[in-house]
Amino acid sequence: MSSHCDHEQRFNTSRDTLISALKPVLSVDSLLYETEDLHPYECDGMSAYRLLPMAVAIPTTVEQVQEIMRICHRLEVPVVARGAGTGLSGGALPHEQGLLLSLARFNSILDIDTENRTAAVEPGVRNLAISDAVAKHNLYYAPDPSSQIACSIGGNVAENSGGVHCLKYGLTVHNILRLKIITVEGKLITIGSNALDAPGYDLLALMTGSEGMLGVIVEVTVKLLPKPESTQVILAAFDDVVKAGTAVGNVIAAGIIPAGLEMMDSLAIKAAEDFVHAGYPLDAEAILLCELDGSHAEVAEYILQVQDILLKDGATEVRTAKDAQERLLFWKGRKAAFPAVGRISPDYYCMDGTIPRKRLPEVLQAMAKLSKEYDLRVANVFHAGDGNLHPLILYDANKPGELKRTEEFGGKILELCVAVGGTITGEHGVGMEKINQMCVQFNSQELTQFHAVKAAFDKKGLLNPGKAVPTLHRCAEFGAMHIHHGELPFPDIERF
Amino acid sequence: MSVNDMSKEIQQQVKQACSSKTPLNICGGNSKRFYGRESFGEKLDVSKHQGVTNYEPTELVITARAGTPLKELEQVLATENQMLAFEPPAFANSATLGGTIACNFSGPRRAFAGAARDFVLGSSIINGKAEHLHFGGEVMKNVAGYDVSRLMCGAMGTLGVLLDVSLKVLPKPEVETTLMYEMSSENSLKKVLLLAGQSLPISATCFDDNTLRIRLSGTEAAVNSARQSLGGDTSAAGSDFWKQLKEHELDYFNTQHNLWRLSLAPNTPILNLKGKNLYEWNGAQRWLISEQDDEENIRKEVLKQGGHAVCFRQHNKHKNVFQPLETDLLEIHRQLKIAFDPDSIFNPGRMYAEF
Repeated sequence: MSSHCDHEQRFNTSRDTLISALKPVLSVDSLLYETEDLHPYECDGMSAYRLLPMAVAIPTTVEQVQEIMRICHRLEVPVVARGAGTGLSGGALPHEQGLLLSLARFNSILDIDTENRTAAVEPGVRNLAISDAVAKHNLYYAPDPSSQIACSIGGNVAENSGGVHCLKYGLTVHNILRLKIITVEGKLITIGSNALDAPGYDLLALMTGSEGMLGVIVEVTVKLLPKPESTQVILAAFDDVVKAGTAVGNVIAAGIIPAGLEMMDSLAIKAAEDFVHAGYPLDAEAILLCELDGSHAEVAEYILQVQDILLKDGATEVRTAKDAQERLLFWKGRKAAFPAVGRISPDYYCMDGTIPRKRLPEVLQAMAKLSKEYDLRVANVFHAGDGNLHPLILYDANKPGELKRTEEFGGKILELCVAVGGTITGEHGVGMEKINQMCVQFNSQELTQFHAVKAAFDKKGLLNPGKAVPTLHRCAEFGAMHIHHGELPFPDIERF
Repeated sequence: MSVNDMSKEIQQQVKQACSSKTPLNICGGNSKRFYGRESFGEKLDVSKHQGVTNYEPTELVITARAGTPLKELEQVLATENQMLAFEPPAFANSATLGGTIACNFSGPRRAFAGAARDFVLGSSIINGKAEHLHFGGEVMKNVAGYDVSRLMCGAMGTLGVLLDVSLKVLPKPEVETTLMYEMSSENSLKKVLLLAGQSLPISATCFDDNTLRIRLSGTEAAVNSARQSLGGDTSAAGSDFWKQLKEHELDYFNTQHNLWRLSLAPNTPILNLKGKNLYEWNGAQRWLISEQDDEENIRKEVLKQGGHAVCFRQHNKHKNVFQPLETDLLEIHRQLKIAFDPDSIFNPGRMYAEF
């Protein structure tokens, strides 16, 4: 598959020069450059984009990372950092003239501080491994992206990953205290602290979600939370997606912040039920999963209130999980929704826009219209509590032109999200995938400001070049295709 | 509440300042003039740029202009039974939203709900090139572009003029109650750390004058059951106490000496520093009234523990207020200042002498 890489910035160091400079720093099994060894690194979770780097470095020490960065800085070789490679926007897509820096061997939990409820971990530690390691202290790490079995914490920081519990417990940015990073020049810098704040600018916030553009993360200190005393899940079925959306708003208006509040549409329900047999009602147009946690007394009170609200808002069925086993089963369908959709279609393309929730009906209608126009089915999985949509476009990569149509359809969905006052990415990042849509969300002055921020950390533009923030040149080209005959997309949608 | 869009006028004044390279002193309600270093420059008044531009209670989002008085913003939220969960101190009736965010001020609930920066979803700013820019948005999840909105929190206006801010808001708790225990500072720290590891509806802790106070917030059932399991005496003047603590109106804060804010990991032992202490945030925020001017010693002690010290209220405005930055970090700060404000127009020296 062809890449979408920007080739505006040229890098000229040869593979031989790079490899001979890196050889003294890395052992034989830590430096890969034969073509067959490079292939496992050609893409991340966004497998439609593939490229081979000049070499792959898999260091084991912070000093090696520093030395690698010094060498690449001197030789002006681009560096793309990679964790578990589960990212869905092509953020870890290699650069053809660059080095892919794998942090996979930084997989140790360095310290667990139960009194302060923090854990210092290396970037290659898996998200779920943190919660597993601290479970015996009755603690856990809150952000839970659906890839949490495999994704690593360094990547979570780079993408500001979310998950199903964001509305109550926040994103990665709310759940970390301190980072150690290696700058493009190879300096080791500590950002944040073990206190709740640090002197100076909030560099911790700036680094979080910066997609490997500002530095290489080599250590993360995360906050841990005590496990809630009680957790309960309600499953509600609706014969209309709009009614389900209204119910979500009314739960929140009642002063209740659920730990998780998820919606699935009928295609997603059918796919998930067929796959994991979670007991979802197959005749429903939408289901809501509402998780409530806290003390026993609090949860018992909320369960009654939420049931009442859902029924008043027209739920055709409301079920409360009778035990932990059923609760996990309810969630299993939701968590398996992506692979479930994968079973009913040769390929699927996962989108990630966020919208103000009240605009859901018109967004779903517009999406249905686009689905007809592009002749591609779409299943909807929705973090309803925080407005984060994950439309899954079903396609077949083996049918000529279908991927291209899918990408266009996906692009239109993102532009729709911007048009209703939302954003092109809630939690998957811009990476390579949404680089063109950045031109829709931000004007040239805002993009120039982003480039200035990048330059403050990386003057030569060596860290993950071509990703996350498009050049103005690229936007000019995209705009030329994009605004057809001067018409704005979605003329019937009210704008802000 | 007055509704007044002054963004064009503010942008015009910045444009003029840019062309004449005149430094600007950004000013809202003037309630935080005491905080930070002395800055110089022509006054840029943002206080008339007022009004809530969007409020969606069911989406938990409010957007308001930077000059909107904090009190008025909180009143608007109260009509929907919602609040700013970071419980910002105002320190004066004139305090504005913009100043609160620029200082990243958070109150007693901070250790349990998050700081001002945690609730910022988006902002509009004017940068040092007089460009009106918008970052983030009005949705909970948004990872498009660098998180410039949060970078503005606590930047003391040195990176740009805040025009509008979008915040996540939360429902007000159904009930609140305050428990009191007479005990030593050491035992207080131990107790709050132990409780922090349990699933309890605690929303604030404070140790002062041999008394530990713990605030419980939540549903009636949750608060009652926690009160039963925690014991202690129930304080009649609970909510007044937390308001006075937040606004620095307690007797403790009535002093002629320098007031230091020490930010430390919660389980940091009691530091060997001369002065009077008051502990909040489970021990992560410690106030110190220091009679002697021993800045060097204070900074050295907190640094040794991995924390930092802010001279929160002081009498000599030319000294360091914030903990000095180490060389490499300082260089990143300098570069970021150049990225946003190349001619150093905004609040020069307000945060650090170097930028």
